[in-house]
Amino acid sequence: MTTVSQVSRRDFLKVTGVAGSGLLLGFNFPFGRDGFAMTVSGPFKPNVWLQIDPDGTAKLWVHRSPLGQGVRTSLPMILADELGADWSKIERVQGDANPDFGSQVTGGSTSIRTSWVPLRNAGATGRAMLIAAAAQTWGVEPSTCRAYNSEVIHEPSDRKLGYGELAELASTLPVPSNPPLKDPKDFRYIGKSLPRLDHPARAKGEAVFGLDFKLPGMLFACVARCPVFGGSVQSYDASDAMTVDGVRDVVEVESGVAVLAESTWAAMKGREALQVEFDYGPDADLSSEGIAKLFDERQQEAGVATREDGDTDAAIAGAARTFDAVYEVPYLSHAPLEPMNCTAHWRDDGVELWAPSQAPQWGRGTMAQVLGMPLEKITVHVTFVGGAFGRRLMPDFMIEAARVAKAAGVPVKVVWTREDDMHHDFYRPASRHIMSAAIDGEDTLVAWKHRVVSPSIVGPNLGADANAAAGEATGGAADLPYAIPNIYVDHCAADTAVPTGWFRSVFNTQTPFANECFLDEIAAATGKDPYELRMAMLADKPRHAGVLELAAKKAGWGDPLPEGRFRGLALHYSFQTYVAEVAEVSVEEDGTLHVHRVVCAIDCGIVINPDEVTAQMEGGIVMGLTAALKGEITLEKGRVVQNNFDAYPLLTMREMPKVEVHIVPSTEAPTGVGEPGLPPIAPAVANAIFAATGKRIRRLPIRPDDLSAT
Amino acid sequence: MARFSLTVNGKTQTVDVSPDTPLLWVLRDSLELTGTKFGCGIGQCRACTVHVDGSAVPSCSLPISAAADRDVTTIEGLGNGKLHPLQKAWIEENVPQCGYCQPGQIMGAAALLAKSPKPSDADIDEAMSPYLCRCGTYQRIRRAIHRAAEEV
Repeated sequence: MTTVSQVSRRDFLKVTGVAGSGLLLGFNFPFGRDGFAMTVSGPFKPNVWLQIDPDGTAKLWVHRSPLGQGVRTSLPMILADELGADWSKIERVQGDANPDFGSQVTGGSTSIRTSWVPLRNAGATGRAMLIAAAAQTWGVEPSTCRAYNSEVIHEPSDRKLGYGELAELASTLPVPSNPPLKDPKDFRYIGKSLPRLDHPARAKGEAVFGLDFKLPGMLFACVARCPVFGGSVQSYDASDAMTVDGVRDVVEVESGVAVLAESTWAAMKGREALQVEFDYGPDADLSSEGIAKLFDERQQEAGVATREDGDTDAAIAGAARTFDAVYEVPYLSHAPLEPMNCTAHWRDDGVELWAPSQAPQWGRGTMAQVLGMPLEKITVHVTFVGGAFGRRLMPDFMIEAARVAKAAGVPVKVVWTREDDMHHDFYRPASRHIMSAAIDGEDTLVAWKHRVVSPSIVGPNLGADANAAAGEATGGAADLPYAIPNIYVDHCAADTAVPTGWFRSVFNTQTPFANECFLDEIAAATGKDPYELRMAMLADKPRHAGVLELAAKKAGWGDPLPEGRFRGLALHYSFQTYVAEVAEVSVEEDGTLHVHRVVCAIDCGIVINPDEVTAQMEGGIVMGLTAALKGEITLEKGRVVQNNFDAYPLLTMREMPKVEVHIVPSTEAPTGVGEPGLPPIAPAVANAIFAATGKRIRRLPIRPDDLSAT
Repeated sequence: MARFSLTVNGKTQTVDVSPDTPLLWVLRDSLELTGTKFGCGIGQCRACTVHVDGSAVPSCSLPISAAADRDVTTIEGLGNGKLHPLQKAWIEENVPQCGYCQPGQIMGAAALLAKSPKPSDADIDEAMSPYLCRCGTYQRIRRAIHRAAEEV
């Protein structure tokens, strides 16, 4: 029941057994350490983020979703540090969807960077009030007291009071508006690789992910959805499905036909037996070839410019030498290991959901709209999340579960199979990058053009205009850091029926592949070292130059390598973070590629938990390598061709390079780390392949045929 | 429906399910042992790995009719009530990210260590490559296996 909790599975069963259905069906679930938000009275709760109980426990609310990036440790670290709390006396409460938290979107690598100030303030507020309570108790000046390890200490009189003892009085005091923040030199937790608090539960299999959540009397559901994008159910015949052992009901909802059963397996088999006729709609002929043709057309049209420095066309016309190249990447599926799922319970007084969601507020708001329900009648609890990578920002799976539960009249868990997940994703858009550049007589870059041709994400999903779509699609292209006097970047929108969505690092998965490989082409053509060429154009970009220099140094750029090994590098700035990566590869005669080592340097400002930054860089690099070496979603007859991991493979242990991460020390505000590790890896590898083979990779995924000597 | 008996984590269990039900769903839905995860349903990701008579098996692809009367160990029973050295190593090496695939990874690693107590990197590549992790924790899994091997 404690969806995100350290409570053991055994405790969970015990609690639910004891609690019985009366409590289970209640809106609030007031049990459990680190469980749901509780209705409380008495203790000290100065703001939405924290509460001190009379026993001294500091309850810290986590408002972002646990996707694997460690927010349930790192966000409490910030809060506990400013609060002066004893780390062993904290409990975490996973926040339900609630506007008081501000944004709860766990996306855009924002959890730390946008929570840093509010959480520090929230913790400092609590600390100031506890100090004030102690000072009042002792009749001393607050300035003579200090807080440490969940105690307020008055050294002149050698007195101490625990936070629990001070909670009641503190709760009666005025909330200060500008509490003093800690001097960073006094940080106790921030900057330390504290162990992730949920790891024991994860390692023991006790973490309750969305798919593991269960309600009494709950049915399992599988939904038959139209495989063609934009299609719908025309008719269905439930009679065969109803004969499957364990199948209890078949209901139609807006997104398809749901088979409800007593077990997941029965729901799957029932759906298999279900006869459904679909109206495939207007896009039943959509194919990858058709989309490529659409790109051909759209790239001829005027784009929406997002950067215009100088006069690029004139500079190209008057240049000593020009370069042109086209880079292409396919659609990608997020494919988190936990397929989509959501549990919903529809009652007369509202609907309650347990969702592995990255955006519970968005889900709640969208449901209010489409279900025609007041917001306060919708409760969204966030569970442990088995990978997300952007897919779980979308509210579709929550809305569908709510509708199925409404139609079923009992609590329902809608389970997606891997095939469902892969066929009904919101895909990383395919894109084409038309690059032009020019150098003068001294081989200096004087002009750079980058046209991104792609479907947009913000357009279809958020109704954003062409400028916003262009801004998003040229992310990582328009902010090219290099000192080139004439730069022109634009976007030609090519929207299709294929749903698009935010994938880890969004268009920064694509643009640096074009930027950094094209730059490498120019370096090679002019006989320049790729590192030197970049550094020469980064004179006024110290943080970009800083990571590039660090990565190059740690990788031994320019030093001899073992026979057959070659290096490539790439630099990219995204989510306010600077990352450079150097890849070391070898290529066999038959085109088999080995990525042996990746050296990564990152500047993300102040680091909260260094080992988590390292882990996120490792994860981003693996996801980027999967995309570079394997990832491709194709379309035929209006639907996705790939069904499962056999056709959409992921990087494996055998292919895992040695990854080394180096963090630039910094006193700047913290920036994002969930996504920025991914963007540089594809160009770093492609550039290393060029060094190894002289072959240019301008299309992902990289195929052995692209590399073979014959 | 049909009745099947099997031993799960040392305890004999009887379930009444359709004979083609994969062991995975018997464990998860009938026995409420949800530490074993569903990832692909076709034995491609191995998040569902359990030990059947000591061997690592993808439970999504083993029907209950073939698992009957056999001895099954899941992540919940791996440490016999304590942390298994691999689970300890997993925590110490900060292996999990989302953690979803990790029960399967740990069960796979436990089968490897049972067979080869001091595995080389090549042994780990061979044994662990079928186990997918979308978060990209492979490097740490390798380290954790070596660490646990030292301890065992």
